Amino acid sequence: MTRQPRWLIGMVGMAALLVLPPFLRSYGLYLLSYWLVFVIATMGLNLTVGYAGQASLGHAAFLGIGAYSVAIVMKAGCSFWLGLPLSAVLCFVVGLGLGFPALRVQSIYLAFATLGFSVAALLVMRYEEWLTGGTSGINDVGRPSLFGLDLGGNLAYYYFVLAVAVVVAALLRGVLRSPWGKAFTALRDNPIRAESLGIDVRAYTLLSFAIGASCAGIAGALLASLVQFVDPTPFGLGVSFTMYLMVVVGGSGTFFGPALGAVVGVLLPEWLRFAQGWYLTAFGVAVIVLMLWLPGGLLSLPDRLKARAIAASRPRT
Amino acid sequence: MPTSGTDKSEPICIELDDVVAGYGELVILNHLSLQVSRGKVTLLIGPNGAGKSTALKTLFGMLPVRHGRIRLDGNDITGAAPRDLLTRHGVAFVPQGRNLFGRLSVYENLELGGITLGMKTTRERIPEVLERFPCVKNRLHSAAASLSGGEQKQLEVGRALLLRPKVLLIDEPSVGLSPLVVQDVFLLLRALADAGTTVLIVEQNVRSALKLADEAIALASGRHVLHRRADELLSDPDLDRLFLGGTRAAGPIP
Repeated sequence: MTRQPRWLIGMVGMAALLVLPPFLRSYGLYLLSYWLVFVIATMGLNLTVGYAGQASLGHAAFLGIGAYSVAIVMKAGCSFWLGLPLSAVLCFVVGLGLGFPALRVQSIYLAFATLGFSVAALLVMRYEEWLTGGTSGINDVGRPSLFGLDLGGNLAYYYFVLAVAVVVAALLRGVLRSPWGKAFTALRDNPIRAESLGIDVRAYTLLSFAIGASCAGIAGALLASLVQFVDPTPFGLGVSFTMYLMVVVGGSGTFFGPALGAVVGVLLPEWLRFAQGWYLTAFGVAVIVLMLWLPGGLLSLPDRLKARAIAASRPRT
Repeated sequence: MPTSGTDKSEPICIELDDVVAGYGELVILNHLSLQVSRGKVTLLIGPNGAGKSTALKTLFGMLPVRHGRIRLDGNDITGAAPRDLLTRHGVAFVPQGRNLFGRLSVYENLELGGITLGMKTTRERIPEVLERFPCVKNRLHSAAASLSGGEQKQLEVGRALLLRPKVLLIDEPSVGLSPLVVQDVFLLLRALADAGTTVLIVEQNVRSALKLADEAIALASGRHVLHRRADELLSDPDLDRLFLGGTRAAGPIP
């Protein structure tokens, strides 16, 4: 698909996200906010996995670190506005640390190293009760107000999450369009070539983890205030796999891929609930079919259709 | 002892002194010592496994030096990182094979080439580079993968030139190119050397490369076995034997 139609679809989608929510019920608003939270988190994972080519199965841990940071800060009586940047900074620093294994191992080995980190983080959330409240979690995480505007309502909070998603997307877009952003792609395509251009492979590998983790931290902070309760359940290993799936299904290394991937990962299971006890099976089958049919992700669909149309229009010899 | 038929009065740009390097436990450069003259095209030749590409990678800081020293214009650059060599010492490296990022556009590839310069300087220099490569200039927003093999190699060299290097290390530039395009690339390298850039080239297409080069250094088993003027070597009836890795049993090559 050429850039203009893609941006046109993006603009139409944004208009829908601005105009339609007042007509939604509370659960619809919650789901849409939940989807946006995962869009933010997977945009970060897309930088790590899709653009920089680093396998990471530890992303749910960063979502958790962000959520617990805000919850703990607010429980201590401090503002959400302290917790939000703290979540981002803390995840950035921890993400830098998680990047170090990537300097030594790659592919499936790196995936398992990050999975190990995810397990460790989950154990801390579950068993360090003095800090995290253990399996009981932390209750009554509040929602903030901004310049006197109360964001406590579902609609107001939805627009707040949407605004943060737009800001994060704009920042990432700026990074990815710059030569420094292209360096992530260079790193993914061929680290030796990248190094021959003077790209600091080590620094960019670490940065890809740190920026990706930071996005998940922001998403986690928003999630804590959205649900108004934090416990270890949403940050388990399955969520890391689901976020990876969202990146791949949407279109790994494509800018709008995470938004579509999060539709599949967050909204599709809800839409399939009519299947009742079979809804997870239906979801699994839908994902398998998608991956077999569109291994390049949903965003590769227009190009695939176009190629098919061109092939069909050629006279047969 | 390596044999030498070169003029000792030539100013030395690159000097490898007793260098040992390799991959993991495998030693490829085996106490290699050699000197490359400033502002000349110097060709590294030798059989497969002689250590030619390894020598370039070691020089460019992509492989650690386990023993010995590397000097550039008399300054010790042993252990310097590629980024430092590019930015502080003016050494650029074009590795073997296709080195572009195919999904990025020609312009984006050029921008990446100048990543160590900063965006403003890079964008100022890109038009200068494009003047030298008109065929690339007309394809600025095309995906780099859509360029022909020759255009891609020109873009790779152009990308390296953005940094206005004092030294250009280039590994097998003729691979996958037609003879006519190879000639264009060689002429470009010749022009660079004539303008003062030191060019150190590894090339399997030895006879063509010797016509371009000023000097040739032969390696065998990670050691320096010969250093002569390129035109002398080209007319040596023993060239093929030397290129295949043999060394003279005794005594200097006249």
